[in-house]
Amino acid sequence: MNAATQTLIKNSLQEPVWIRWSLIAIALGFILMFLCLPLWIVITEAFAKGWAAYITALGQPDAVAALRLTLLTALITVPLNTILGVCAAWAITRFEFTGKSLLTTLIDLPFSVSPVISGLIFVLVFGAQGWFGHWLSEHDIKIIFAVPGIVLATLFITFPFVARELIPLMQEMGSEEEEAALSLGANGWQMFVQITLPNIKWALLYGVLLCNARAMGEFGAVSVVSGHIRSMTNTLPLHVEVSYNEYDFVGAFASASILAGLAIVTLVLKSVLEWRQGKH
Amino acid sequence: MSIILTNISKNFGKFAALNHINLEIPEGELVALLGPSGCGKTTLLRIIAGLEQADSGRVVLNGEDKTEQHVSHRGIGFVFQHYALFRHMTVFDNIAFGLRVKPKKHRPGEADITQKVHALLELVQLDWLHDRFPDQLSGGQRQRIALARALAVEPDVLLLDEPFGALDASVRKDLRQWLRNLHHELNVTSIFVTHDQEEAMEVASQVVVLNHGRIEQQGAPSDIYDHPANAFVSRFIGQTNVFSGDDQDTIWLQSSGLPINDKPGKTAHVRPHDIDVEKASDEASAHAVLKDWQHLGALIRIELVKNAADADNATVYAEMPNEQFKRLQLNRGDKVSLRIRNAHWFH
Repeated sequence: MNAATQTLIKNSLQEPVWIRWSLIAIALGFILMFLCLPLWIVITEAFAKGWAAYITALGQPDAVAALRLTLLTALITVPLNTILGVCAAWAITRFEFTGKSLLTTLIDLPFSVSPVISGLIFVLVFGAQGWFGHWLSEHDIKIIFAVPGIVLATLFITFPFVARELIPLMQEMGSEEEEAALSLGANGWQMFVQITLPNIKWALLYGVLLCNARAMGEFGAVSVVSGHIRSMTNTLPLHVEVSYNEYDFVGAFASASILAGLAIVTLVLKSVLEWRQGKH
Repeated sequence: MSIILTNISKNFGKFAALNHINLEIPEGELVALLGPSGCGKTTLLRIIAGLEQADSGRVVLNGEDKTEQHVSHRGIGFVFQHYALFRHMTVFDNIAFGLRVKPKKHRPGEADITQKVHALLELVQLDWLHDRFPDQLSGGQRQRIALARALAVEPDVLLLDEPFGALDASVRKDLRQWLRNLHHELNVTSIFVTHDQEEAMEVASQVVVLNHGRIEQQGAPSDIYDHPANAFVSRFIGQTNVFSGDDQDTIWLQSSGLPINDKPGKTAHVRPHDIDVEKASDEASAHAVLKDWQHLGALIRIELVKNAADADNATVYAEMPNEQFKRLQLNRGDKVSLRIRNAHWFH
């Protein structure tokens, strides 16, 4: 094939120049307008009164407490949902049982329900007027407007991330390698650690990363169950809202910049993981 | 180690995959489970391995009832159809896996493992590949590595699921011979599943023919070929001409030299090489017209049409050596006389 025919084929497969450029311009414009501009505003507002004010805002006891609670929540929910997600993916891809398709659909439920509704469900179940409310107050256990409620709501919201990454991969891999390991005398744990885990590790890490990003950033469900008690039940996203409503713009945007930074780190790690996955 | 299966049944929903299977395999045999796809042969193999549980029946290996035992404790080696090599491990680590997962008190030292893996790699003639990963190997190489991995744990029984199914025709031929020789060397009781009758006849010392979850016949390859137990086996193993056994066909068969006293069945199966073909000397001795022929290497397959006024025009196949066919100097449309030497009758 000579160069002329190659160009001809290339041209015949491509849209006219003006269409190409306007599509690229629309896409770029959208990203600048709705992603880059807000990020820029967050950073400029956070530093509007200089470095010193930024550091002071982050050093406030309320902000520190919010950051600590956010980290605690992520530290509890992410490992739990990693284990639960692997179990769910394992059950769905390796066993045949009645209600399997129902379970597969239910895994996505937290994605399809509005986070506010999810929070409300927990209030209705564990709240003072809820099903278990009476029993809980008798035993002096606080779930709603306390840390356990925040953890529960986050657990619910972030449950699908790990399972959804693993299910398609494990379905595609099949169970022959695992059966081979068993036939060679491996026990269940050896099979999982030495055969299954190495095969799913990149997808698992990817799921954990997304799960973590959401656990730290969740607003709606946590907002309903937390009660916004300063230094007690405010997570970082809630702290941003409270500060902003009190016209503490530097405080609000300084906290927001932490969350934005977290999002950028997540994106970079995600790209690295996707690149690794593509290689395997 | 001998294998005894008693009364094995397995259903998948309403589909009966296996129906009261009774099978006895003496020690040291190389057995082919042969049947069309969906006949239950792979399910039976997986039940022997313990990868599948039978709904009823017992699996006895070497006199020990292993029905309830987990696959990891059955002392079997299983070679999967698509090899199932561990993709994240080198060839060496794949073969060493079975030795490294042994409980501490039975686990050999790392030096012994290295020695054993290299011995196995030499057995399958692939020692030079020890540091490669599975996706860097050809299909035939993967197959041999999978076999070496299964042999590493010194299984009492070797089970192979369609061992040549995913290979090129030329590689398949070599591997068949190689597997046969390997079995001679190791003498471990082995069962392989195949849908290819030629493969079963060539490799196995015993053939078990399965159909619709039942055993149709078990025996040495020559037994099964020469004395098929029923119409299914006769049709499935080798080529055969099927005659309906009605009056027309019976008269035609008789006139073509097949002795029939007191018709022994409803259909007659005639192997192509049991039909002798010659040029007809006159109209009266012409039993068929030569329609066409094909070269099968050393043999010629001849297509014949029955030469009778009211006969159906089904093709009858005959086979003869190349040399003999040349000597007869036959052409398309020639009238030929036949001598049918043998037939199997089935109800």
